[in-house]
Amino acid sequence: MSCHSTVAEPMEEATPVPAGTVRMRTVALIGPPNCGKSTLFNRLTGMRQKVANYPGVTVEHHSGKMKSIGRNDLTLIDLPGIYSLATYSEDARVAVDVLTGKMPGVPKPDCVLLVLDSTHMNRQLMLAAPVFSIGLPTLVLLNMSDQLEARGGKLDTLALARELGHPVALISASQGKGLGVIPEFLQRAGSRPDSGSRPVHLPVLQSAASCRSWATQVTARTNYQSPAASLWTRRLDSVLLHRVFGPLIFLAVVIAVFQVVFTIGQPLSDGMGTLLTSAGAKAAMLLPDNWLRALLRDGLWNGVQSVLVFLPQILLLFLFIGVLEDSGYLARAALIADRVMRSIGLNGKAFIPLLSAYACAVPAIMATRTIENKRERFATIMIAPFMTCSARLPIYTLIIAAFIPNQKFLGGIIGLRAMVMLSLYLLGFLAALVTAKMLNSSVMKASSAPFILELPQYRWPTLSSLGLRLYDRGKLFLKKAGTVILTVTFLVWVMSVLPIHGGQFSNLTSSVIAHMGHWIEPVIQPLGFNWKIGIGILSSIVAREVIVGTLGTLYGVDPATHALGLQAALRHDITLGGAIALVVFFAFAMQCTSTLIVVRRETNSWKMPALQFLYMTGVAYVAALVTNQVIMRIF
Amino acid sequence: MDVTALSDAKVGSAGVVERVDLPDEVSDYLAHLGFLPGTSIEVLCRAPAGDPRVYRIDGVEVGLRNETARHIFLKLNSAVTDEAA
Repeated sequence: MSCHSTVAEPMEEATPVPAGTVRMRTVALIGPPNCGKSTLFNRLTGMRQKVANYPGVTVEHHSGKMKSIGRNDLTLIDLPGIYSLATYSEDARVAVDVLTGKMPGVPKPDCVLLVLDSTHMNRQLMLAAPVFSIGLPTLVLLNMSDQLEARGGKLDTLALARELGHPVALISASQGKGLGVIPEFLQRAGSRPDSGSRPVHLPVLQSAASCRSWATQVTARTNYQSPAASLWTRRLDSVLLHRVFGPLIFLAVVIAVFQVVFTIGQPLSDGMGTLLTSAGAKAAMLLPDNWLRALLRDGLWNGVQSVLVFLPQILLLFLFIGVLEDSGYLARAALIADRVMRSIGLNGKAFIPLLSAYACAVPAIMATRTIENKRERFATIMIAPFMTCSARLPIYTLIIAAFIPNQKFLGGIIGLRAMVMLSLYLLGFLAALVTAKMLNSSVMKASSAPFILELPQYRWPTLSSLGLRLYDRGKLFLKKAGTVILTVTFLVWVMSVLPIHGGQFSNLTSSVIAHMGHWIEPVIQPLGFNWKIGIGILSSIVAREVIVGTLGTLYGVDPATHALGLQAALRHDITLGGAIALVVFFAFAMQCTSTLIVVRRETNSWKMPALQFLYMTGVAYVAALVTNQVIMRIF
Repeated sequence: MDVTALSDAKVGSAGVVERVDLPDEVSDYLAHLGFLPGTSIEVLCRAPAGDPRVYRIDGVEVGLRNETARHIFLKLNSAVTDEAA
């Protein structure tokens, strides 16, 4: 095996003296799914990346300057993970368009970094043939060299480079080994514009079968030895997919996630709350006591900070999901869950979009494009918003922390609060199940598409990839707090001080918003909600987190609860039945404009989003009504 | 050297893919995962509920429902005898 830090060149002659250097601007990064491409991307760009959508398609587009290797002048474009350029998928079309310079707004790449997983070359090389045939200078990076070595695989980079006609190097993106070849290659690609056009023997027909036989010939001629199966993966799977322990561990993992969100996340959020409140109070002291101070402190700060305090808990949840996904456990979870999915008539493929709906329904609904069957796709779109997205977390944790005692069971392992949270997640899932079942048995009788799931070997999640996820999430959350929530709380504050009488603001009780609130109160009173909650629900049609901001502002303005924290103010104002009814309402209700807009875009009509809104709000109202009436009679 | 459906092969048995009788989009996707005639395949384990099952095909682990595996045929290796005794 060749040394790590050297690149194997197809021809051994000395590098010709550059005739004149060409200015390179863009480098494309391409590879099959699960080849470690994103890890490499993060290594090369130092996690400074831009995420955008390509025009007209839903495929996400990451790009960043290659800062970590001192090439700020080069932009690295991360293409979607694909098995071939010839598939019918949107991902493959995007990749081809970018590589051939046909993607509007993206300059044609000057060279290509092709990442392949060195532990199964027969399959991975199938992508190499179509990529080479595009004719750009290409560096083949054989990733996961650490795993290849550890599991006794053998690979001759020199022979492979000769066979492929392109430079080849073994690297380990997760350990950062062998990456020195990349700047070397870029240096040379920049000085030798024609280095990609070497005669290579490629399969004539680029069908899967011919690419495959080409790949097997190449690996046979270069004496490739595939590594033995990872012993650890086998051992772990024998436990994690065990008939009895498998589902039990699955359950334990899910419970542990919620438990940690409370035992570690709650104190963090409380600390952050104290910090933000005192910071706001100190800043307010610097301002003169006039309407501006009232606006900034009572209006904007109270609203925005009451949402901001949930940042630690949301990040913690995403940290967990990230660890599960990166380690390879999530694929096993999908395998375990497939049985349940099938029994409700859902495609196993729907599991992945549904799972991502736990973060947010918008990308989940976009991801349903991979479901070919139209009816199944509609069913998945219908049920995705029932999955408990992270925007529900603020109102859930707020109500639970305020109303549910911090009781522990089983020697402190399981807490009542975590269990209530878990039941809310289950409630959403249950609503999704019932809805799917209804759709399947009445309108949407569907044939099932196959469930094909690749199970990656288990591996340790890397800090950089976890860091990137949290960074992305945190940024998204802060952006929302700074835009949507700020705007709505501003409007709520304005309406809570109008009309102005003789140069004086109204009291909350005689304000425009109180009138509006009292006007809708009869509708929501049976649910145990007061008019402030009603305004909160109305304002959160924009986005679910907004209700916390609105309540923060309303209770901050109200002289009766001004001095109390939001939790105490709520306890002072609504009953246990009303509080639980409120979270049940949020478990079901479609309080999200972005989702409605995406559904409209994906289905090309307002019928579906309108139906979804009415259905979900109807279910939410009835469920909240029942909850309040039942709890009222018991307690 | 019997040809059997993948779904009928026992856990622990191994063989070589003989043919894939599935619609084009499905078989194309499977082909990129390695499900092509001539590739060696092994039945690794089953999900807790018994279905789907996990196969190792040329070093890659893939989970398939039995309803799909029923349409993939393999030649069992005679060397691997029935271990499920």
